[in-house]
Formats: sequence, structure tokens, C-alpha cells
Amino acid sequence: MYQYDEFDSRLVKERAEQFRRQVQRRLNGELTEDQFKPLRLMNGLYLQLHAYMLRVNVPYGVLSSRQMRKLADIARRYDRGYGHFTTRQNIQYNWIQLEQVPDLLNELADVEMHAIQSSGNCIRNVTSDQYAGVAADEIEDPRIWCEIIRQWSTLHPEFSYLPRKFKIAVTGSPNDRAAVQVHDIGLRMHRNAAGEPGFEVIVGGGQGRTPHIGKTIREWLEPEHLLSYLEAILRVYNLDGRRDNMFKARIKILVHQIGTDKFRQLVEAEWAAIRDSELQLPQAEIDRIAAHFAPRDYPQRNDAGDLLAEQASQNAAFGAWLKANVAEHKTPGYAIANISLKSLTAPPGDITAEQMDVAADLADEYSYGEIRVNHRQNLVLPDVAQEQLFELWEKLAANGLGTANIGHVSDIIACPGLDYCSLANARSIPIAQEINARFQEMDRVHEIGKVSINVSGCMNACGHHHVGNIGILGVDKKGKEFYQFTLGGSSGRDAALGERTGRGFPAAEAVDAVENILNTYVELRAADEDFLETYRRVGMQPFQEALYGTA
Amino acid sequence: MGLLKNGQAVADSYTDVSEHEVIGDTVAGAIIVSLQQWQEHRDALLERSAPLGIVLRSNEKPELIRSDLSHFAVIALDFPTFRDGRAYSHARMLRERFGYQGELRAVGEVLLEQLHYMQRVGFNSFAIASDAALRDWETAAADMSVWYQPGADERATAVELRHKVG
Ligand code: SF4
Repeated sequence: MYQYDEFDSRLVKERAEQFRRQVQRRLNGELTEDQFKPLRLMNGLYLQLHAYMLRVNVPYGVLSSRQMRKLADIARRYDRGYGHFTTRQNIQYNWIQLEQVPDLLNELADVEMHAIQSSGNCIRNVTSDQYAGVAADEIEDPRIWCEIIRQWSTLHPEFSYLPRKFKIAVTGSPNDRAAVQVHDIGLRMHRNAAGEPGFEVIVGGGQGRTPHIGKTIREWLEPEHLLSYLEAILRVYNLDGRRDNMFKARIKILVHQIGTDKFRQLVEAEWAAIRDSELQLPQAEIDRIAAHFAPRDYPQRNDAGDLLAEQASQNAAFGAWLKANVAEHKTPGYAIANISLKSLTAPPGDITAEQMDVAADLADEYSYGEIRVNHRQNLVLPDVAQEQLFELWEKLAANGLGTANIGHVSDIIACPGLDYCSLANARSIPIAQEINARFQEMDRVHEIGKVSINVSGCMNACGHHHVGNIGILGVDKKGKEFYQFTLGGSSGRDAALGERTGRGFPAAEAVDAVENILNTYVELRAADEDFLETYRRVGMQPFQEALYGTA
Repeated sequence: MGLLKNGQAVADSYTDVSEHEVIGDTVAGAIIVSLQQWQEHRDALLERSAPLGIVLRSNEKPELIRSDLSHFAVIALDFPTFRDGRAYSHARMLRERFGYQGELRAVGEVLLEQLHYMQRVGFNSFAIASDAALRDWETAAADMSVWYQPGADERATAVELRHKVG
């Protein structure tokens, strides 16, 4: 993974000291809360219902075991002993004291981490495929470009006061695991006719109140021109994005209002003026960054499929975990192991300091000291020898980290909702936990198969309900919590927004509705179809009949 | 209101008449006019012998005065609130694309925390509202010493420093 050089280190150190002075000026009254707010936001600090929340960037979801231990240490000393991984591959602490934040940031800087631009109207942490660098289906490692984007976007002098927040995602694989079509900018690597890798540039996707699937404005972009092209998009947006109404300020609204073709013209005209500027990265710099992501020198191993099959047949729980949580690695004899943070006992994405330490230790022991965070709020050990999977699973299971549900019904994304968030209409976490409790029987979970359930506590859609196969949106109906359902959403290669089923359900009936939807699917499905495939084939009607009866 | 120019707190020698209904001869000496005043009274303004400046609101793109740049000794770009970041792009356009070399002044809600960004996009003078900011600007401007992006100032980027030959 990337290691800071003297410049990267100096920047995060200076930034922590700068924030120390700003906090001081806030505490002695030189700055009003209104003036301080954008400063704290650009350092990841939100004021929540009960306390300050600090969001720390995990750049494109990659963590070292050393960093994970520091996150655990921070959870213990500055918070209440746990942290929360988010849908943007970051970690949040919910119980932070303002006075302590400068020290905390300084400690993060010691392990090459920061909270810069993790909120505010600026370019946020770039996200990527959690299997980057190890996926069997990958064209090129997207982390190289993510790191280049990270540096370019950090403290960008021109783009730090944008109309609204700005999110970029990169995938290096045709099987999009980074949801690039629902980001302000999505970059999808593919090969042109000559076989050279480059980026499809997708703009104006997003969720929130007015969800949009992104539009492709360039089919193929030479990687060396990536920064000038991004800069051209950002400049057009900075100048022409709406600033009169924060609900219409995202780039998706601009693209929608002026049209994709007009937007493309503006970007291409701007790009023509800057494409051969200093923004064109020298090859030496690309090489320097790429060297940090050079493929590992894996000791040669044989495929251990037979051994795994035997272990699975002797231990059904391991078998279930192997099937749900382990993904194919590009190197024979190795595997990618997912760690589910969706157990029955904690809110989705929550992890205790002790579990962070366990994950760090296991990463050292089994996965070259590296950990990934995915956008479904789970962790990944990317480089595990197949023959060690069983041992690894035993240790995970002994620490409450062995849940075998990745991609299944109880692997639910949920936003913080009414339990933490001041904008919420309804609770999200308890709904997720009730669904999880209803689907505890693993045979049944695996019988249902792959399905994504996403829960948001209000129309801001932080729980990504629009792109859940089953989306659940909390609404307020005369002071009572109600839940509306959407079906058919997807954030993958075939991205789609879900369609509303009809009227919502009171909290007490929401989980029954989920079960009803899933039963309907199981009845209707053909052979190997997963939920989404069945939904696309049969459409909404049978589900509406199941939920509301025939009219 | 203090003016910070090329690193010095100085008195502002310009009178901002951009909100005045009539300009004509009512004000002597150097003035700053609005875009509308410039467009309507161009000839009269060019006859004056004192230096001329113009202020552009954040929704007025510098393209509108691209061919007139040589007439202005000062171009002031307005930040109606510190949240409105359009003038950062306008400043870079003026400096990097249109080659404007005169005084580029940040006016409006100009806070200490924005100074280093403003310097990087090409501003070289700042109308700063608070005394504390006038006092502390030097520390604030020196807060950060590493920059990843090329800008309109002379600072070397981290990429250049990394690969410096010799
Ligand atoms: S979706 Fe709404 S309730 Fe949930 S975190 Fe976002 S703003 Fe808060």
C-alpha cells in the first residue's frame, strides 16, 4: 500500500496544527460557530444529536494493521470503545470532545491518516473496489489512480468551496464493486480497441433526494490526462453548479438541467485549454506511486479446493462462511476473506476496539498486514492462503467476527438514523437489527441467496436505499415512523434505482413486509436466479399483490 | 477595513463607487466600478486620468472583460459569503488563462482561513474585515507548506519537489 513520503507527512502534521489554532480561536470566541463550521467540517467534525462526530478517511478503503490498531486505540481513549465503518469506506467516532480533536488528529497523522475533507462542500475521500489489486477480474489496480486523486484533491485551492459535496469513485474491474454510477464522478477502467487501459468517465450519478444514474461523458480517457479532465469537470461545476438551493446544488442537477451533451461540451472545451498543462503527471510520479502497489511476491501455493471442500463438509458453519464470505483471488492458492460487521449484536458497521485489534492481528498473521473496508460496511482480508482459511475462520468466529452473510439478507446497509442523526425521520439501525434477528437461521439465509437490503432514515439516502435490491426509507407520517419500500435497485455494473412498491408500513409491520417480499421471490424464482434477476423478469406486480393484496 | 497587499497592511488608495448611482466627477482619484458601470460609461471612465479598478460579483465571469484587461489596475473579485467559491476559479482564469498581471483583490467575506487558498489561485491583495485577521494573517498564510496542485502562484508542487533534478 501507499506509504507517505516527507511531503505527505508534513502536510497532515501541519494540517493538524492548523486545526489546533482554529479550535483555539473558536474556544476563545474569535470565530463564531457559523465561521467555524466549515473549518471543522473540512476536518471531518460534525455536530450530532448528542456529541461531536469525527469521520476519519480510510483512503479508498485500504488500512494497514498498524493503522487499524491506532483506530482501536483512538476508540478506547477518545470515544466509548468502538467505531463505526461507513458506506464510504470511512470510520466514524460518535462521542468526541472538541478540545481533544487536535491531539487526535495529530495521532492519526503519526500513522499516515487524516480526516481532511471527510465532510464539507469539497472533494471527499475517493472510494474504490475493496478487492483492488487482488481481484481475479481486474484490468489494472485502481488504487494507483485513487492515490493520485487523493493527493490532487487534498486542499485543492480552487475546489474547496464547491456548491456542494463531491464524491469520486474508481473501479478497475468490469464487475463494478465501487458503485461508480451513483457518484458525482465515476471512473471505470476498461480497454480501448487497441487494448490500452483507460477510463470511462461517468458524471452526475448520485442518491439523496433526487437520485440519478450517472451519464457517460467520455468513453475512454488516457490515464495520463486524468487530472486535467477531473479539473475541467470540477471547474465547470464550481462555476455553473447551483448555489441558491442546497438541495439542487449537486452536479447531478446541473448535468440534468443543461443536459449531458451540453455538459460534455463545456467540459471538453475547458479540458482543451488545460490538458497539456502541469496537470499532466510526469511518468516518474506515476511510477513512484505505482511502485507502492506493485503485486506482492506471493509464495507459490497450490489450489486448495479439495481441502476446503473436505473442511466444509465436516463443518457446516465453516462451509456457510466459505460460500458467502470468501471471494476469488487472482493468485492460485490464495483467497479474499470478508469479515462481516453485520452480527446480531451490534448496529451495521459497528466494531469494538477489541475486534479492531483482532482484525489487525489476523491481518498480520494471515494477510500481509493489510485490511480493506468495503462500501457495505464490512472488512476484508485480501491475501489469505486458501489452506489457512479454516484457521482464520475459527479465530474470527471466536471473536464475534465470523458471521457468514456477505451479500445475503442480513448483510444490511443502514444509516445512523434517528438514533444519532439530527435529520432523521425514523430509526434505521433497529429495523436492520430486527431483519437480522428474523433471518438468523443460516440455512434459510443461504436458501434465499444474494440480496441487498439498504435502509435510510430519511430521504437524504445515506443508507443508499435507492440502490438496494430492497430499499427501505424511513418517513415521518403524522409523528409516527413509517417505512416505504423500493425494489430492484442495484449499484453494480447494471446500476438501477429501485421502484416504490406503494404506501409505507408502520415500524411494527416493516420486517413482515421484508419477509413477504422475500417469500414472494422464492416462490417465483427460476433455477439459479437471484432476487434482482427475478424482479427484473417478473416486475413489480406480484410483489405488490403480496404486500397489499389484489385490488 | 484593512487592506493587505503583497504582504503589507496598507491604506486603500481606491474609492469603491460600484454602489453609487452616479459616478461622473463626484469622486476624484482612483476608483473601483461595477461591471455595469463599466459597460455603460466606458468612454467617460477611460477619459479619467486616475487609475481604474473593477469589481466582479461572483456570478459575473471574467470572460466579460477579457478584452478590456489592460484598462484595469485592480480587479476585485467578490465573495458574497465565504462559502461562494466561484471567485477562486475566476482568479485562476484571469491569471493563468487571460494573463492578467495587475492587482487581484479579494473583497467581501474574506476570512483568515481562506487566505492561503486565495494566494494560490492568484490573489495578491485582500480586503480583510477583522483586526485579528490583519494581525494573524502571516501565521495563517504560513500554516501549510506543502501543496499537491499547480496554482497561479510560484509555489512548487509536491510532485515537482519530489522529482527535482539535482
Ligand atoms: S439518511 Fe437521513 S437519517 Fe440517515 S444518516 Fe442520512 S441524513 Fe441522517
